[in-house]
Amino acid sequence: MNVWRIALRLLRRDWRSGELYLLAAALVITVAAVTAVGFFTDRVETSIERQGSELIASDLAIDSSAPIPQTLDAEAKARGLATARTVEFRSVVVADQGPRLVNIKAVDPGYPLRGELRVRQGVDTLDEPAPQGPSQGEVWVESRLLALLGVRIGDTLGVGETRLRIGAVLTQEPDAGRSFFNIAPRVMMNAADLEATGLIGPASRATYRLLIAGEDERVASYRDWLEPRLAANMSAESASKARPEFATAVDRAARFLHLATLTTLLVAGAAIALASHRLVERQTDAVAVMRCLGAPRRLLIRIFVLRLVLFGLIASLVGCLLGWLAQAGLVDTLSGWLGEELPPPSAAPLLVGVTTGLVSLLGFALPPLLQLAQVTPLRALRRDAGRPRASAAITLAAAALALGLLILWQAQDPTLAWKLIAGVLGALATLILCVLLLVRLAGGLAGRTRGVWRLGLAALARRPSGAVLQIGGFGIGILALLLLAVVRLDLLRAWEDSLPTDAPNYFLINIQPQEVEPLRDFLAESGIERTDILPMIRGRLTHIGDHQVEPSDYQDPRAERLATREFNLSYGTEPQPDNRIAAGAWWPDAEAPPQFSVETGIAETLGIALGDTLTFWVSGHAVSGPVTSLREVQWDSFNVNFFVVSSPALLRDEAATYITSFHLPAGSDALIAELSRRFPSVTPLDVDAILDQVRQVIDRGVLAVEYVFAFTLVAGLLVMYAGIQASLEDRRAEHGILRTLGAGRRALLGSLAVEFAAAGLLAGLLASVFAETTGWLLAEQLFELEFSFNPWLWVMGVLGSGLAIGLAGTLATYPLLIRPPLQALRRAG
Amino acid sequence: MSEPRTVSQAIGLGKHVNGPAGGLTILDGLDLEIGAGEAVAILGASGSGKSTLLSLLAGLDEATAGEVWLCGRRIADLDEDGRSELRGGRVGFVFQNFQLLPTLTARENVLLPLELTGTEGAAERADAALERVGLTARAGHYPRQLSGGEQQRVAIARAYAPRPSVLFADEPTGNLDQQTGEQIIELLLELREAADAALILVTHDPRLAERCDRRLRMRDGRLESLT
Ligand SMILES: Nc1ncnc2c1ncn2[C@@H]1O[C@H](COP(=O)(O)OP(=O)(O)O)[C@@H](O)[C@H]1O
Ligand SMILES: [Mg+2]
Repeated sequence: MNVWRIALRLLRRDWRSGELYLLAAALVITVAAVTAVGFFTDRVETSIERQGSELIASDLAIDSSAPIPQTLDAEAKARGLATARTVEFRSVVVADQGPRLVNIKAVDPGYPLRGELRVRQGVDTLDEPAPQGPSQGEVWVESRLLALLGVRIGDTLGVGETRLRIGAVLTQEPDAGRSFFNIAPRVMMNAADLEATGLIGPASRATYRLLIAGEDERVASYRDWLEPRLAANMSAESASKARPEFATAVDRAARFLHLATLTTLLVAGAAIALASHRLVERQTDAVAVMRCLGAPRRLLIRIFVLRLVLFGLIASLVGCLLGWLAQAGLVDTLSGWLGEELPPPSAAPLLVGVTTGLVSLLGFALPPLLQLAQVTPLRALRRDAGRPRASAAITLAAAALALGLLILWQAQDPTLAWKLIAGVLGALATLILCVLLLVRLAGGLAGRTRGVWRLGLAALARRPSGAVLQIGGFGIGILALLLLAVVRLDLLRAWEDSLPTDAPNYFLINIQPQEVEPLRDFLAESGIERTDILPMIRGRLTHIGDHQVEPSDYQDPRAERLATREFNLSYGTEPQPDNRIAAGAWWPDAEAPPQFSVETGIAETLGIALGDTLTFWVSGHAVSGPVTSLREVQWDSFNVNFFVVSSPALLRDEAATYITSFHLPAGSDALIAELSRRFPSVTPLDVDAILDQVRQVIDRGVLAVEYVFAFTLVAGLLVMYAGIQASLEDRRAEHGILRTLGAGRRALLGSLAVEFAAAGLLAGLLASVFAETTGWLLAEQLFELEFSFNPWLWVMGVLGSGLAIGLAGTLATYPLLIRPPLQALRRAG
Repeated sequence: MSEPRTVSQAIGLGKHVNGPAGGLTILDGLDLEIGAGEAVAILGASGSGKSTLLSLLAGLDEATAGEVWLCGRRIADLDEDGRSELRGGRVGFVFQNFQLLPTLTARENVLLPLELTGTEGAAERADAALERVGLTARAGHYPRQLSGGEQQRVAIARAYAPRPSVLFADEPTGNLDQQTGEQIIELLLELREAADAALILVTHDPRLAERCDRRLRMRDGRLESLT
């Protein structure tokens, strides 16, 4: 016999009767959320990489201290990749007022491959995008150079042996951030003019750069080809390894997105569980009848499994479609950020969506359904013939397994996943315990109250397992809503605040010791309050403990580079305000004995532990001291920060230059020009461009996360609806009896209101506790953001939930009351 | 294969249960034999064990003593699934509380046992059965849209559609008013005749019992003949 046909028919009939809507909705939401985020992150990751690309004006940049052989370009072109070349060097340009040290960058017509050049044609005109660099015979200069040299657009500058006309003011250069530590004012020229200047010879110091861009796979395979061919003086940098500030922001955005998906998964999982539970409860009698009518158990099992799989497949596909649409809407919302030429999303998320749907459905619904097949046919004759109590242990285990698998799979970060799973299990256990306690309390209260109150509270206490399910459902729904509030109001805001509008956008470096005080005064006079001017000492790490540091000790290329490179060391009495001591303790005062504080990330990379003695080679001698604290540094704060800081005693007497950062409002070119005149050796660095990009990631990230959380919201509402539905069945019978016994509608309505409001209050209380704890944990553990407790959350959570659930539950159950008692009784029979 | 003359038989049937208030012997050495096409009424006080007897005769439950034969097979020789298969298509049920599946329409309820046993021409049979009970017009209605009497008629159509050899009816009129109850019994007897099925009818109402071939009373765990 055709089991498939029966399964399909039964499914169609169940669907038509409305029995499956709730479960379907829960499933569709889960799948839609997972696929939307899947489709979306697919594209976001691409766009995030693009943004990384803008910072190096390409997808791959090859730097060299000598001219780069043409073979590298040729190979790239042969692979269908775009190329461009730039040469950067320090030189002097001459105007009527005299010479000036500048940083020249000669670019070919291909530049930039990624990102945008912007220039201003006049003093007061707005800047506009330029498709390529200056044409031959022209230079573009930074506006402060105009002030420094007293020249204007249209004047000519002596560049080496030739003269070039100032064609425009350069306002944005995508890869400006790369030249971080060697900036004099920028002068950009056409590469074709380079030879005429005579500035570049075999012995001249310059950075030659070959830029590559194209499809991801091609770039990656080119990089594989390139790696063994890189000469010692060359290095290659991919887009994704862009600036740490940027990487931090992107990383956070990704974490938020994944967190949002996981939350949806959890909440929708609860809805699926509740809906499955109800479905199974309602099928018990049907199964007994079918067995009476001659259906063997294994036939029923096959029918059940098939029906469930068919249902899961259909619902999942609908969910995928919805997810795809949602993703399209999301991309539309963020179009400015993502760019139009994004590749369409791949089909992979479809698979993810369907798998998620099936796994969660089977995990939650299959065990109880299978146990249902054990129902004795006797039940059709004798109502009291027991139904097999679905073994709570098996059901829970299957659900936990399904959810755990999905979380592990979706989180992409096993530590996060395990923490989450542990958290969820802990929360669930606490929830059940609390509800049982509270229900008992309600029972006790019922004994002391009268009338409506007594009926309502007793109803809650009468079915402890039902109450656990129901209050659990409400609790999880409210928790979703509150978490939404926590994430929206507290976490996302903390994230936005981590980069305030007055975040430092200028760095001053190469400040000489004798300039520190005059500079401080100058900045103060100019209305710039922030005057943390920090010492900076170069030093190479030679020993960790007794072990001599060799680059070859490290597998990780980053560690290897760090091990060879000179560190920027600093000393101070207080840690920087955005630092957090993760282990050990900061020294008490300026007179503390020699010791170091190391940033956690680098400590991990280089294998430095608390208590290790570090030895640095500083200006011709060794200095050493123990590591007494490890610090977490918020790199995207744009404050000056150091990997390694010592107590003053250790480095105070070494030769140092100084560095500071501050916020300069837009349009302060004159101030920078004045500063450059007064302190000629000081180099100002403008990081506005990077700052803007990071801020954009944050803004868009916040939007994307809110969008994804909308799914959580829907899932939360579903769960609550499922909670109300869960007790409807029992109630039908109960109310019929109560009404035949003469209970008035008004009294029943009152008792309903009391019962649901009490359930809502309890759920709200539990949810508030969980939401605040979760928010706090997330902020501290996952996002490293400041978290503040939110009293409103409690008010809203507890009162709002009592009110909302009291109202919704009463309204949903009200139709039962209007029906004549006989009908209610008969249907219950 | 020819059906045996006796469709249902109990020999020395006993049922003992251990309840929370100690042991209880519901059936005690009960004998019964029902021939093909015979209509037997079982009367007895509430709680005397009538439903228990039905469930044992139909193989829904296991006896603690004696044996039960159904359609030529000994129940004790079969496992749960074997008993289900034995019932399929051979045994019909009508319950006091109708036991229609609420998510299926009247027609689909009648179709269900036919589909579950993979019967040929299920749709035609179901339609014919519905016509027999006079509910063709209500075929697309859900149980909740039907009156009690109509629901029971659907249940009878469901029981009758697979053309069973035995029909068990446990107080089929218990939830119905007098007049409707009589109609239902009428229908049951009519269909029994048409299908040549045995009918085992549990009822409280001596007037309804009158219409059966044989009347038995359940007392002290045994059956006594009333004619
Ligand atoms: N499995 C069982 N466990 C305990 N008591 C039972 C069980 N089955 C039946 N009984 C009891 O046996 C008696 C007979 O039940 P039943 O056969 O339903 O009676 P009737 O259908 O004649 O009203 C009743 O008192 C009932 O409570
Ligand atoms: Mg009975």
